[in-house]
Amino acid sequence: MQEFIASVVSVAFHGTAYGMILYVISVGLSVTMGLMGFANLAHGVFAMAGGYVLTTAMDRFGIPFPVSLAIAFGLVAAASVVLERALYARLYTAGELAQVLFTIGLIFIAAAVARLIYGTLQQPVHLPEYMKGQFSLLGRDFPTYRVFIIAFGAVMVAALWFGVERTRFGAMVRAAVDNRGMAQSIGIDTQRLFMLTFALGSGLAGLGGALGAEIIAVEPSYPFEHLVYFLIVVAVGGLGTLRGPFIAALVIGIADTAIKYWVPQFGAFLIYVATIGLLLWRPAGLSGRTA
Amino acid sequence: MRHNGSYSADSRISWVEWLPWLAGIAAFFLLPDFLSLGARILVYVMYALSLDLVVGYAGIVTLGHSAFFGFGAYIAGILAARLGWTDPLIQLVFAVAGAGVLGLVTGAVILRTRGLTLLMLTLAIASILLEIANKATGLTGGADGLSGVTIAPIFGLFRFDMFGKTAYWMCLVALFTSWWIVRRVIYSPFGASLVGIRENFVRMSAIGSPVYGRLLSVYVLSAALAGAAGALITQTNQFVGLNVLSFESSGELLVMLILGGVGRIYGAFVGPVFYMIAQDQLAKQFPEYWSMGIGLLLVVIVMFARDGVLGILDRVIAFVRRRRQPAS
Amino acid sequence: MKIHSWRARAGACRSRLRACVLAASAVALLAAAATAAADQVVKVGFITTYSGPMATLGDEMDKAVRLYMKLHADRLPPGVRVELVVRDDGGPSPDKAKQLAQELIVRDRVQILAGMVWTPSAIALAPLTAEAKVPFVIMNAGGSVITTLSPYIVRTSFTLWQSAFPMGEWAARKYKHAYIAVSDFAAGHDSEAAFEKGFTGGGGEIVGRVRMPLANPDFVPFMQRVKDARPDVLFSFIPGGPQATQIMKAFGDLELAKAGIQFVGTGDIVTDEQLPFMGDVPIGVITAHHYSVAGDRPANKAFLEAWRNEYGDKSIPDFLSVASWDGMDAIYYAVRELKGNMDPDRTIAVLKTYRNPDSPRGPIAIDPETRDIVQNEYIRETRKVNGRLENVEIDTIPNVHDKWKELNNKK
Repeated sequence: MQEFIASVVSVAFHGTAYGMILYVISVGLSVTMGLMGFANLAHGVFAMAGGYVLTTAMDRFGIPFPVSLAIAFGLVAAASVVLERALYARLYTAGELAQVLFTIGLIFIAAAVARLIYGTLQQPVHLPEYMKGQFSLLGRDFPTYRVFIIAFGAVMVAALWFGVERTRFGAMVRAAVDNRGMAQSIGIDTQRLFMLTFALGSGLAGLGGALGAEIIAVEPSYPFEHLVYFLIVVAVGGLGTLRGPFIAALVIGIADTAIKYWVPQFGAFLIYVATIGLLLWRPAGLSGRTA
Repeated sequence: MRHNGSYSADSRISWVEWLPWLAGIAAFFLLPDFLSLGARILVYVMYALSLDLVVGYAGIVTLGHSAFFGFGAYIAGILAARLGWTDPLIQLVFAVAGAGVLGLVTGAVILRTRGLTLLMLTLAIASILLEIANKATGLTGGADGLSGVTIAPIFGLFRFDMFGKTAYWMCLVALFTSWWIVRRVIYSPFGASLVGIRENFVRMSAIGSPVYGRLLSVYVLSAALAGAAGALITQTNQFVGLNVLSFESSGELLVMLILGGVGRIYGAFVGPVFYMIAQDQLAKQFPEYWSMGIGLLLVVIVMFARDGVLGILDRVIAFVRRRRQPAS
Repeated sequence: MKIHSWRARAGACRSRLRACVLAASAVALLAAAATAAADQVVKVGFITTYSGPMATLGDEMDKAVRLYMKLHADRLPPGVRVELVVRDDGGPSPDKAKQLAQELIVRDRVQILAGMVWTPSAIALAPLTAEAKVPFVIMNAGGSVITTLSPYIVRTSFTLWQSAFPMGEWAARKYKHAYIAVSDFAAGHDSEAAFEKGFTGGGGEIVGRVRMPLANPDFVPFMQRVKDARPDVLFSFIPGGPQATQIMKAFGDLELAKAGIQFVGTGDIVTDEQLPFMGDVPIGVITAHHYSVAGDRPANKAFLEAWRNEYGDKSIPDFLSVASWDGMDAIYYAVRELKGNMDPDRTIAVLKTYRNPDSPRGPIAIDPETRDIVQNEYIRETRKVNGRLENVEIDTIPNVHDKWKELNNKK
């Protein structure tokens, strides 16, 4: 019985850490898809880029960990703005197929560039000393870094929710997600809003990719491999919302870890079946609204 | 993405349309060393044709078509390697039936949704099949793939050898049959209603068209065709592995179709031929640059040439025709 | 241009015919001259993994093969040249490997196939070698069953049973409870069965087992599971290369060593070229394998020196390199014996007699009954020597055959 409880705690812990990373990466995708209806399958590219920026900043330039995280966020956000203005903006009215194809093309390009610059191996993450080792809590040992991820994630989530609920910017985003036409007619510059939200969402993806570089390996096939999970978080959680994806991310993180731990012979099969079930029951996601 | 093939167009087979088949027959005699590659190209043309039905004509954007292809491929492989049913025609029949049933079951469930939800569901279904194939190693061989796939000679006469001669003919005949079927479907009122559904879903429902039923029918047909293509690839390679169910292969197929031109029958012919020949020659030398090139190609096509190669060809022909006419 | 009169047409034909005959004879003369001057070429089709996450494995093999060819060009009979035709399978992709092999045989007309990192790929293309009668020298794939699938397959690398079985026997002498965690593919299953046979045969008990996904796994949940089961010893097999560093990292992060778990495995968990990336975690890990860079014999020193001269001090060969090196040596031996006329059945007959008492890994030979390799296995401990990690050979088991074939009476 002791052992069972111990493994449950372990699974819940590791699963929550994984779920936090999934959320930080996917929340941007949820908002931008809700806002502009643009199927950005290449969202994983921003997360991957964040991971590469972090490892390059730390290994090549010796920049300390916290600063590197900030740089990952900023650099990816800036790059996403450039991409958005140059390419994405042209496809807002182009229809779903064109958007899907375009973003798949981006994934191919990003993966090839990553391979050319960094090679095909997973990027090793060298955490600072204070992040290594174990952390003792209630008689159990937990890896310090994953505790940090959970704590950081929680703070991030709180900040996001506060930002969306309490600030003017957040109110504008919520308005535009609800009814873009109406929002535009009351004078909200939705183009600029989208650009900023896109930057924020992509920057968050970069941050999530950097933070989670230990859990989700940073290597060139990253955007392809984890695309399904990011999309599940968003689709199941509900486009354009914050709370739904949070629950979805946690559930997926814990479920995935639990499966790997207890029934690895099933693989992610159960998660996909659950996704199908959920989407059929609620096509707009857990907290989404039907159009 | 408009083109000329539709109900209103002349449905008789013009002489130009016989050229691909002549080329296919000629290739058998002129390029005996490349028949294996040729058979694979034919399979992918068939696969692309099936995808074109749903994506191009019916407007269902799916990333999970590999589910049907892979299902057909594994049915053929499992029948051969696990049950000892080595007759290729029997395998083909079962693959078509199996994939069709899968299409019916999944389509019935997911075709009521649209947009991202639909896309997500197609992905989820393909992922499920991939996971099953990965884990049920007793049945599918898992990551190692299914070896020991022996294919009996067709009619007891034509062996499936390493040169791919029999495979080539079988694929050519199968493709011809599929092409015939698809052509009949497209140039029919049913085909016209598909285009209508793609162009304006709401209006079609408003005029009383059985939208859901139509979508489901074309989905099942497309699944069956993809399943047949899958069986053929197993028979050509005498092996089936997880890659038939992978996202890379779904993505590649989309690229091939877009390259040729979505929403037109011959787009599914041109795309795979170009893509696979280029891949055969170039991808071996420069694998990194190859995938970057594909990505760039996709972006460029989406930006500037959404109708693919055939679309460009159309525009060139129209341009030339305009030049020929005296200015008036 | 229309020719109307019959006479004119005949005349035209005749002059055209004359031109054709002249041209044909010129071409024939040139061709004869060309073939007379040309060497006899033995084409070797080399399939390995040059791209993708496992590209380091192919790189190790490629470097070894090319170095061998460079240094031994004078050991070929006069007028005979060996040409390498390389192909990239991109990773454990059996369908792609089979396709590449088919193209090499039909289009490029190679006389010998070589290389092959992955067991499932080797299994997939075995029937092809039998149908086309093309000798296949396997330079890595370690699944025991491979050589039984075609009479044209010879292996110069190893089998998992050669290393995992003695590892099990050795571990059973000191430990009683083992946990097995292997990658979920043919080679992983082989190593699991082999270790278990050896360990339980020596009186040990398997307290748990798990199979981990082959592609890019996160080893942490699996190591957690191992820790919770509290064995005395953990046996692992993963495809060598970057996964070795990852599993070692997970082992270290979760502090399994502090929990009293001894890590053992085949040499794949501590591949020589990955050791520099593993920090101090591998110190004390015991493995069984047929080659370590730290192996103390003159042939190994010479090999390492030649390697460093060609590829620089930072480059480290590993067991894939040595297998490829020896594989080329076997091929060159066959070429010499047959003077470049590589008739398939005679090539196999010659390869069956290959032996080398002086390989960098010690004495090796091909078992003529099974066409598989016979070699020494070494029990090694990973230690820090002069500030660098090395797999130090602490025990030798000589002349190890493939146990699986012995147990199952397979040839």
